[in-house]
Amino acid sequence: MMNLDRIQRQMFEAIRQPLTPKEGMRQRTREGKSLRAVAEEIIKPNDRLTSFERLEIYNRQYWFRILSALSEDFPGLRAIIGERRFEKLAVAYLFDCPSQSFTLRNLGSRLEQWLCAHPGYLAGTAQIALDMVRLEWAEIQAFDEAAKPRLTEADLPALGPDPKFALQPYIRLLDLAYPVDDLLIRVRSELEETDIVSNAVTERPHSHSRRKRLPKLERVFLGVHRADNTVYFKRLDKEAFSLLCALRDGKTLSEAVDAVDWSGRPIEEAMADVQKWFAYWSAAGWFCR
Amino acid sequence: MPANRFNGFTQYGVGIGLRIPHYNHILEKKPVVDWFEIISENFMIDGGRPLHVLDQILEQYRVVQHGVSMYFGSVEPLNREHLKRLKALVRRTKTPWLSDHLCWGSVDGTYSHDLLPMPYTFEAAEKTAQKIREARDFLEVPVVVENVSSYAEFHVSDMTEWQFLTEVVERADCGILLDVNNIYVSSRNHNFDPFEYLNSVPHERVAQIHVAGHSKYEKYILDTHDHPVIDPVWELYARANELIGPTATLLEWDDRIPSFDEVHEEALKANRCVAERVGA
Repeated sequence: MMNLDRIQRQMFEAIRQPLTPKEGMRQRTREGKSLRAVAEEIIKPNDRLTSFERLEIYNRQYWFRILSALSEDFPGLRAIIGERRFEKLAVAYLFDCPSQSFTLRNLGSRLEQWLCAHPGYLAGTAQIALDMVRLEWAEIQAFDEAAKPRLTEADLPALGPDPKFALQPYIRLLDLAYPVDDLLIRVRSELEETDIVSNAVTERPHSHSRRKRLPKLERVFLGVHRADNTVYFKRLDKEAFSLLCALRDGKTLSEAVDAVDWSGRPIEEAMADVQKWFAYWSAAGWFCR
Repeated sequence: MPANRFNGFTQYGVGIGLRIPHYNHILEKKPVVDWFEIISENFMIDGGRPLHVLDQILEQYRVVQHGVSMYFGSVEPLNREHLKRLKALVRRTKTPWLSDHLCWGSVDGTYSHDLLPMPYTFEAAEKTAQKIREARDFLEVPVVVENVSSYAEFHVSDMTEWQFLTEVVERADCGILLDVNNIYVSSRNHNFDPFEYLNSVPHERVAQIHVAGHSKYEKYILDTHDHPVIDPVWELYARANELIGPTATLLEWDDRIPSFDEVHEEALKANRCVAERVGA
């Protein structure tokens, strides 16, 4: 008699197989194993459905659920490459990188890395699409990562003469080749919020959003942060971005200032800017204890 | 009987699921609701708006946690990170009991995010019961398991679903979240009498009841939680109340979610359903 472990492995392997173009279960796995034989070995038929058809219900629900979740998390990428190419990409990515988390929130955690290894899925739009993926993943992280107590003026004396300033865990710093922040705001304004997860069966996601006009090449530096539980994209000067990156990486204030390329900025102007930036970052609670 | 050790000796009445489209209505209008059920995984995070909203809800309402990915029936061990985060949430919500499903859904740390059906064998019952006991001991709160809707049956099964449910909860000494819609859906998909199921489960272990809507297809029924509850499911609910007594009841509505008032009104049919049966 087949034991529990073997049943679960066989069934899981079957439901993880990508669907046919008509959203049915394939006849064979990619390795050539017959899925009809797998279904008949483990699942009973009934008076209305064959073993294969019963297994197919789970195969379809698996893909509908994870494609829907990934699609919801990356509307900006969809707008750049179009729905059809997105779906092809999503199926390939989710087959190679299935969920390894109890929450669907982390489904896209390996997407940037996977796309770098599979650039063919982004042909013609690779740089802007990768920028968008980085921004959308940063947005997910900024939305619900921890917030530590803010650093206040009263905390400063304890930091010593050359302090290290820790950034809030939810802040992400991005160096982007395209201004995808504006594009994502436009895309997001057309969407509604939904729950991350429930236990109901999911309908097939058939989005019909139009591809957006893409912005021109323009390097931007972003701080993706959170205020009053809303995620914001703050554009930064290049020098401010470098300073924040150095502080994030654990450098002291003087080391961070030294790490910035200030060429082209008179020293007085640079000092005034640093003061202005720190005033903003402190007021916005970007530094934590 | 309904206030029992499996639901922390509570009498919670009729609740609804806490869902994003209703956040603003609930926080602004503060409607009278017996309790809210939350999907635990949506709040097992470190910060941000979901926890902020939850804290506001907790100030005014009773909340019970319902999980979707503990996978007691998976062969692999419980995920320790999952348990730690769940325990932190239990401390936050002070949930009097915690539920998840009698199903499996992961293999070697890869998640299906689906509620996959169990083969009804003694091996499966023992392994599942052991994981439920482990979870309860770690979480230090009563754990109850919910029967799922299913679309497949296994050749190896050597008992009925209700016998398997009984076998698991007695071995684990845990409670049951009895989903009468899931009983109905599975009874249609597998040709059994849903009242036989209801009559056979250990009634003294039922901590909570779920009702929901579903979608009917040509050859099977899917548990979609996107419609009102149909009359045959209300009949099962009324019978469950006769057998068990008034029990904490929750309406699930997870897709194509209507207004808060519409969902709440649908949930409150549970009270009328019981009253009519008593008056009849």
